Amino acid sequence: MLYFGDLLPYSDVFFGGLITTVELTVLTTFLGIALGTLCAVLRQYGGATPRRIVASYVELIRNTPFIVQLFFIFFGLPAIGVMLTPWQASVIALTINLGAYSTEIIRAGLGSIPKGQVEAAKVLGMTFRQTLTRVIFVPAFEKIYPALTSQCIIVMLGSAVISQISVEELTYAANLVQSRNFRAFESYLVTALLYLGLAMMMRYVFKLIGKRLFSFRESS
Amino acid sequence: MIEFSNYDIIRNLIFAAQWTVLLSLVAFIGGTLVALALTALRLTRNSILQKLVAVYIELFQGTPLLMQMFLCFFGVSLLGYEISAWSAAILALTLFTSAFLVEIWRGCIDTLPKGQWEASRCLGMSFLQILRHIILPQALRVAIAPTVGFSVQVVKGTALASVIGFVELTKAGTMLNNATFEPFKVFAMVAVIYFLLCYPLSLSSKILEKKFNVSR
Repeated sequence: MLYFGDLLPYSDVFFGGLITTVELTVLTTFLGIALGTLCAVLRQYGGATPRRIVASYVELIRNTPFIVQLFFIFFGLPAIGVMLTPWQASVIALTINLGAYSTEIIRAGLGSIPKGQVEAAKVLGMTFRQTLTRVIFVPAFEKIYPALTSQCIIVMLGSAVISQISVEELTYAANLVQSRNFRAFESYLVTALLYLGLAMMMRYVFKLIGKRLFSFRESS
Repeated sequence: MIEFSNYDIIRNLIFAAQWTVLLSLVAFIGGTLVALALTALRLTRNSILQKLVAVYIELFQGTPLLMQMFLCFFGVSLLGYEISAWSAAILALTLFTSAFLVEIWRGCIDTLPKGQWEASRCLGMSFLQILRHIILPQALRVAIAPTVGFSVQVVKGTALASVIGFVELTKAGTMLNNATFEPFKVFAMVAVIYFLLCYPLSLSSKILEKKFNVSR
């Protein structure tokens, strides 16, 4: 009943989709964490207004489905004059999405730093930026690193939805293949396994990066 | 052409939102039941069963929910049964929900000191008695906040049922958009309705978390 032979001629379609998904993931992981870090710092140390703005942004994104965010950005924004290609819309949507979730995660990390350390840094005459980069960030990120890893993987898996606005990523490839050879189950099964492999690989790569980033513990 | 007033759009969206709510409820209840069974399997000290549960979790947490929807939709029809988008969505969401709940509850049960298990066994309690009188009352308190928090993910997950053609809130949004050509308005309204559904859940999760943290 199951027959995977019909998928072989389309292996380059799958491969192309896989590459696009990886590209999107790498790009938006960096952008999303950067946005999340910025927002978390604002949320933790900013004035009342930036705090409130960040809080509303986080709640708004966390309480609506990604597909609706994507549709709003891709279909809705052109109506008010912001034209976006499917690729741009996906990068923006994924970044905003990961940004909101990572804000919450990173903020928890920032909150875990004992107040005395921040005060001590101030007394030593360090500027706020120096305090952030030299005192707060490394231990804060170390604490929340596993949670951040999981969130990045969740966003990668969520990127499957982007096929709906015709970005030619992995799920789009699966849709295309099954429309050609009518082997829907097989092509989605293979795609699901590819996603599983990607998720496992991401976890592994994050672990390696984490070891490097936080290696100061062993050396000192 | 039929004209859609704002009132028509909202009325249609709210009608469709009922399906979102129903789908979420059924999937959440189904997911809870499956997760309970899996948690029971995990608590038996059978390493093969435990490994199977771990594989199950990995499979459903490591693949996109959208793929799970497609696989349920096309997989069941491959077996020769007609399956509606509604049933496929329930099946996929139930499996998805259960995989996450098992993992959440595992964390809750593991926070209890091991000594409690050992002490209860020394007192001659059976496995079920330990669960009933010692573990569950404590684990439930810890578990309730993250479980309510996860229900938000279930509600948002139902949006993907639109992709396999089930008419819920998101699908209604795309259909209304096609009829009215006012994507900005329609999708903003869709987002607002989702927000109104999810935010109370998020908020109560946060409140529950605070409440139970204080009492411990």
